[in-house]
Amino acid sequence: MSNERRGGGPLLSVVTILALVAIIYVTGIWAEIARYWEDVVYLTRQHIELVAISGSLAILIGIPAGILLSRPSMRGVAETLMQVFNIGTTIPTLAVLALSMSFLGIGKQPAIFGLFIATLLPIVRNTYVGLLAVPPHLKEAATGMGMTPTQILRRVEVPNALYVIFAGIRTALAINVGTVPLAFLIGGGGLGELIFTGIDLMEPGMLLAGAVPTALLAVLVDFGVGQGQFWLIPRGVNPLRA
Amino acid sequence: MIRLDDLTKIFTTPSGEVVAADHINMNVNEGEICILLGPSGCGKTTTLKMINRLIPHTSGKIYINDQDTDTYNTVELRRNIGYVIQQIGLFPNMTIEENICVVPKLLGWDDKKAKSRAAELLEMVALDSAQFLHRYPRELSGGQQQRVGVIRALAADPPVMLMDEPFGAIDPINREVIQDEFLRMQAELKKTVMFVSHDIDEAVKMGDKVAIFRTGKLEQFDTPDNILAHPINDFIADFVGSDRTLKRLRLVKVRQAADIDAPAVLQSDSLDKAQGLMRERNMDVVVLDEKHHPVGYVPMDGAGKGNGSLAENIQPITVIVDAGADLRTAVSEMFAHAVTWLPVVDGDGRFTGCVTQSGITHLLGETYRPAHPHKQPESAYEQ
Repeated sequence: MSNERRGGGPLLSVVTILALVAIIYVTGIWAEIARYWEDVVYLTRQHIELVAISGSLAILIGIPAGILLSRPSMRGVAETLMQVFNIGTTIPTLAVLALSMSFLGIGKQPAIFGLFIATLLPIVRNTYVGLLAVPPHLKEAATGMGMTPTQILRRVEVPNALYVIFAGIRTALAINVGTVPLAFLIGGGGLGELIFTGIDLMEPGMLLAGAVPTALLAVLVDFGVGQGQFWLIPRGVNPLRA
Repeated sequence: MIRLDDLTKIFTTPSGEVVAADHINMNVNEGEICILLGPSGCGKTTTLKMINRLIPHTSGKIYINDQDTDTYNTVELRRNIGYVIQQIGLFPNMTIEENICVVPKLLGWDDKKAKSRAAELLEMVALDSAQFLHRYPRELSGGQQQRVGVIRALAADPPVMLMDEPFGAIDPINREVIQDEFLRMQAELKKTVMFVSHDIDEAVKMGDKVAIFRTGKLEQFDTPDNILAHPINDFIADFVGSDRTLKRLRLVKVRQAADIDAPAVLQSDSLDKAQGLMRERNMDVVVLDEKHHPVGYVPMDGAGKGNGSLAENIQPITVIVDAGADLRTAVSEMFAHAVTWLPVVDGDGRFTGCVTQSGITHLLGETYRPAHPHKQPESAYEQ
């Protein structure tokens, strides 16, 4: 997976998008989608909102949580918690949404909460694992040179774990974007509305009007995170720029 | 400069208390390199790391410049002590320049000063600053990385350096080169260095003082020559090796062992003069040109039978040795060329004497002979 993204990653995403667009035109699906254009625009906005809110929340909470768990003072608790988190990841996202609905009712909030939970775990886990994997001798050198624990975290540990942290974010957002259509099932809105209604009404045009933008969005988000991964991680610790 | 006073470390482990350093007392003078030496688990690294408080000490005191280091704030103390580790520990996310500038920046140097210092230090270890400043550590070879590791520790010009097996992970050829380079820098910078090693050869080469540890105790603390010549117990003798006298060869310069009165004649002198010297000193006679460069010698067994000129009796000289080389080099050359003496020259190639096998034997043997014959008259005089 990491190999195929090496260097050719951004190019590959662009090619995929172009190919999708080409298929849409050639096969005449475009005309079908155009019939639902207003719905598509409205629901896409809703869809993006769900991704943006739940994704940002997961990143904003997941990274600090991962950092906190990786601190030496948390060593005892952290392993147990990570085990719990790992079990959490095995629960299907649809089940997470269903559970979320049974506590919070239907609507946007339970959808965002469910998506947030599903997105959170890979981020926390990768942050935690990435920070623990920073070679101890780097921390020893930093300590011996007189850096404070905060300086070590900011200038040595996080930069050296950044690639793994980013990989976590990438996985998490991929799960997130892929799960958002299910939000419709608990009244969260989004492009799922077109997909599921299209299935129910046996209306392929409507189904595609939901599915194609969802697919495009997934590719775009992955492309965006991939670009971030490429440019934001220092060259010295970025295998993509070796 | 660095004084350890009853320094003790006791680790509490599930299986009981382990004394890692047991009442260590040492005094290292300013500008000296002190090698902490011993088998693994002997307490040398623990002792080193207590100095910059990476390991907190259980009891005892550490003084730097007669100041009890307990009175310093930990972070301040560490920023004023250079620290080099075996794994180098360059930060892979930072360029070479950023790595070198870490401590200067922590100390609040301005950007320009820190950067020019980084360039200056790179040049000191013969790395082209234009080429290396903006590279990342992984773009350097192991030897280059270790050089950067050393100069990074020197960046803020700390008076004290702690080095934990700094050259241990480098291949033997590069290690020699980096050791020599470090000694050259040290001759200029005169840092007070504590240096952990497990290699007796490295200790003899690098150390002004050597401290040998065993199971947390400081067994012997002395100059390398004294440790090699007079190990105080069987452990030390075993540790420094049965060839310890050979190791001492490295500590003595040819200059110290050379016989400066060795017989020599000029090319323009007569054979008679050479034969006269030869009979008087019972040695081969070196022949010099007008610039006092050795050009040949008159052998004892070859000359003096016939008459003839000096030129007819000269044998060519196959090998000469520099006065600044160590005896190990001289002895090695002697064995390689199957000779028992070598002419010694100074930096300009001028003859300054001869070094002989018996002279070396005598010099090395001096320290083993009882001191009485020499000392007695002196002490009698004092009384």
